[in-house]
Formats: sequence, structure tokens, C-alpha cells
Amino acid sequence: MDIPQGSLFTKEHEWIKIDSDKGIIGITDYAQHALGDVTFVELPKIAARVKQFQGLATIESVKAASDIFSPLSGEVIEVNAKLENNPALVNQSCYSDGWIAKIKIKDASEKKNLMDTAGYKKYVEELDK
Amino acid sequence: METLSSLKTTPLFNDHIALGAKMAPFAGWNMPIQYEGIIAEALHTRKQAACFDICHMGEFLIKGDLKRSGLDNLVTARLSDLAIGSCRYGSLLNDKAGVIDDLIVYRKKQDEWMIVINAGTIEKDKKQFLSNLSKDSDFKDISNTTGKIDIQGPLSREAIIPFAPAAQKINYYTFIETSVLGENCIVSRTGYTGELGFEIYASQETTKAVWKKLLQDKKVKPAGLGARDVLRLEMGYSLYGQDISEDTTPLESGLEKFIGLNKDFIGKNALLRQKKSADNTRGAGNRSRDRVFLTTTSRRSPRHNHKIYFKDKEIGVVTSGSFSPHLEKGIGMGFVQLPLTTGNKILVGDDKLKIEAIICDKPFVKNTSLKN
Repeated sequence: MDIPQGSLFTKEHEWIKIDSDKGIIGITDYAQHALGDVTFVELPKIAARVKQFQGLATIESVKAASDIFSPLSGEVIEVNAKLENNPALVNQSCYSDGWIAKIKIKDASEKKNLMDTAGYKKYVEELDK
Repeated sequence: METLSSLKTTPLFNDHIALGAKMAPFAGWNMPIQYEGIIAEALHTRKQAACFDICHMGEFLIKGDLKRSGLDNLVTARLSDLAIGSCRYGSLLNDKAGVIDDLIVYRKKQDEWMIVINAGTIEKDKKQFLSNLSKDSDFKDISNTTGKIDIQGPLSREAIIPFAPAAQKINYYTFIETSVLGENCIVSRTGYTGELGFEIYASQETTKAVWKKLLQDKKVKPAGLGARDVLRLEMGYSLYGQDISEDTTPLESGLEKFIGLNKDFIGKNALLRQKKSADNTRGAGNRSRDRVFLTTTSRRSPRHNHKIYFKDKEIGVVTSGSFSPHLEKGIGMGFVQLPLTTGNKILVGDDKLKIEAIICDKPFVKNTSLKN
């Protein structure tokens, strides 16, 4: 299971990579593997306000639709428009080209509710037991 | 929730693990859902050939005269004119014409039959057979000792001929009993994908050998139950337990052509009553239910239990829905209480989500290799 350094993670298997007051959000390798072939991503609207652990996007796979939750509260400032025509990027490159949205972080103190790489790795290992 | 340890495994379990399959519970079995990915496997099946582990399905052997054994009365399909070496699709109904199971009947000899049934219904099917077969019959449940591999796709004939040469000549919905890797097996020209294909019924040992043999062929890839479900829905085939059940009749499910109305069978009276009332009210908008097929206008997919809306009114429910890798849009089937026609614009979804869709005809994927 591929887990990159330098990002923070949720129990619902989203990641956020923080750069000063902005963060890029996507789903983890564990999540894309569990979902299987992604067939559609419903992206949030620019300027939408999202709250920590509340709905940010919806990902459809062949067999199911799943909600994607925002790791932190903030305002959506950019979305990955490439996913509209090529949702499989989420499977092929979940930590880079398959990113979902970029937010302006509202409250950095919420980071305490997220796991770091080591913490998430341990969390996933427990799930797989 | 079934624990993994209580699940049954097929003779090919170790092969699936070695292939890196994603395993999941299905009808009490730990089954491969996918290997490489559902989309790749579904596309490969329609383009070349794929093999599926279907060992979980059940098989009964019945010996006895068609009428005197009670078999004819159990199954909706017309069997009296079924030739030896042919098979036919039908249903097992209860008194109310609800579907206990759908099945395929193989006529092995004049008075010898094999019935192929779903995995999750083996016990209740067995009960229905045993309580309705007469003393003039011999019934055997061979599910536990019978393996089954489906090989499906335009290149499936080329793939099995090297080890089952007699498959060269069998026609659609017929079968042969022939030597496969040294064992006498049933090979039928049947399947659940809409492509040219074969089903091989063999002992557990031969099943393992056939699987290995097939995967040595570069044309053949393994495909899981995920791809199988997508492929059958692309053809508009019903799935027992989802599209048809004891709460549905073959009539409202659009399966009338698989019913022999000139003979007697359990559930026939209830079916005739429904047929009569349905014919009387057809077009009046209050027929109980109609089967519909639909495609979305986007990559979004209808899902099982989504509601169907027409002109802002909820009029039905989706029974199966998925993304179609071949059409690259959502496809589904369901029941509606209003008679809709091809081209009608509908919405599918729930309280939060509405997806635009259009009523269409089945199959969703046309011009397959099925009758090649």
C-alpha cells in the first residue's frame, strides 16, 4: 500500500497536502483500490465552503457511489477538471494527477484531527488484519 | 454478516489468491469479484475471451419420465419437445407465480435431466423439487462435487478446442458429453455474458486442470463476478435475487417467452390471472408493473433501489444498475407502474440526487458474438 510522506490523512482515506494556507485533497491508494475502477467524479463548485469531515465530492465506481469528505474546513479554490473526461486518473495516480480539489484552509488547528503518514500506515495495517 | 471463515470456497480458491483477486462473499461463498479490474475484464471478454469460476452454482440430476416424474409440472419451460443434447431456460415458481429460482434444464437422455440453478437458492430449490417430484423419479443434488467454469468471448471456441475438440460443432443452447482432459464432462454452448461461450461441468480435479489450461492461453484472462454482472446487465439479463425474486412473476419481468403456456406447471393459474388482468388494463396506466431498461445520458450510473421519476412523479424502482464499459455511460433495469416507451425521458436517483436517463430497448450492447 503506497502512502506518501508529508501529507495528512483521514479515517475515510482522504489525503491533504498542505502548502501554507492551501491544501490539495485526494483519496488514498487504499481507497482507490477498495473502490475499483472509478467511472465518474462529481467535483465541488469553486467557492463552495466545506466543513471538516463533510461531503466534498462523490466518486462513482462500476459498482457503487461513495462520498468523499474534506479533511479540513475551507473554501474550494480549484478542482481537477481533468477528472471529468478521465476519472480513471484517480486509480492511476491517486496522489498526483488524480487529485480532486484544492481548498483555502480556514482553520489550521483542525489538523490535530488528522493522521500523519506513520499514523495512517498503522491505521491501514489494523484494518487489513 | 458472514465471517470469511464460514464461507465456502471453490476448488479454484488458491488460484484466485495467486492471481491477486479481490475476494468477497457471494451467496455464502468466498468468490473472486475482480482480478485486474472490472472494466478491463469486461472489455476483454467482449474482445477476446475470459474464464469465470462459477463452481458456486448448483446442479441437480433427475432421472425419470418427464410427466410421471413430476419434473414437467415443476418448471415453466416447455420440455416435452426439448431434444436430447439441448438445454432450455425456465423458472421454478411458487403457487403465486413468484419466482423461486431461474434455471436451465439440460436433457441428457430421454429420461435423464440436469438442472442448473443459482448458488444462493440450492436449499429451497431442493425442497421444492423433493416435495413435488413423484416416486417415479430419482433426484440427486450433485452441486458439491460438480465444478463449473464459463469461458466466454468471441475467441472462446478457439480457446477450448485444443482440449475439448468436440466443442467445435455445438450450437447455441445445446451441449455434448465429451472427454475434457481425460474426463467425461458436459460442455454446453451457454453463458451469461451475451458472447459466444461455453460452460464446462466437471469434477473438482478436472475443473482445476481446465482453469490452468485456459490461463496458459494468451487470449484468455480470468474475469470475476464483477465483470460477469456488468456483462449480463449489458445484455439485459435478469439476476435472481435482484431483478427477479419470489415477489416478482415472470410475466412482469418480461420473461413470458420462457413459459410453456400449453402445459401445466406450478404457478400457472396465478400467472394466467395476472396475464388476464394485465391485458385488460394495458395502456390504461394501472398495470401492476412493467420491466424497463434505461441508459443515463452521462457517465453517472443508476443503482439498485434508485427510484425512477417520470414528469416529477415517482413511478418505479431500479433493480440493477451499473456503469457500462462498452457504452461508457450508466445502464440499468427496473420496474415501473406506468407503461413507458422507448425514448421517454426519466430521472433516476434518490432524494438527494437525480440523474437524467432515457428508456431504451435491450440489449444495451448489440451485435455481440453470441450466435457466431
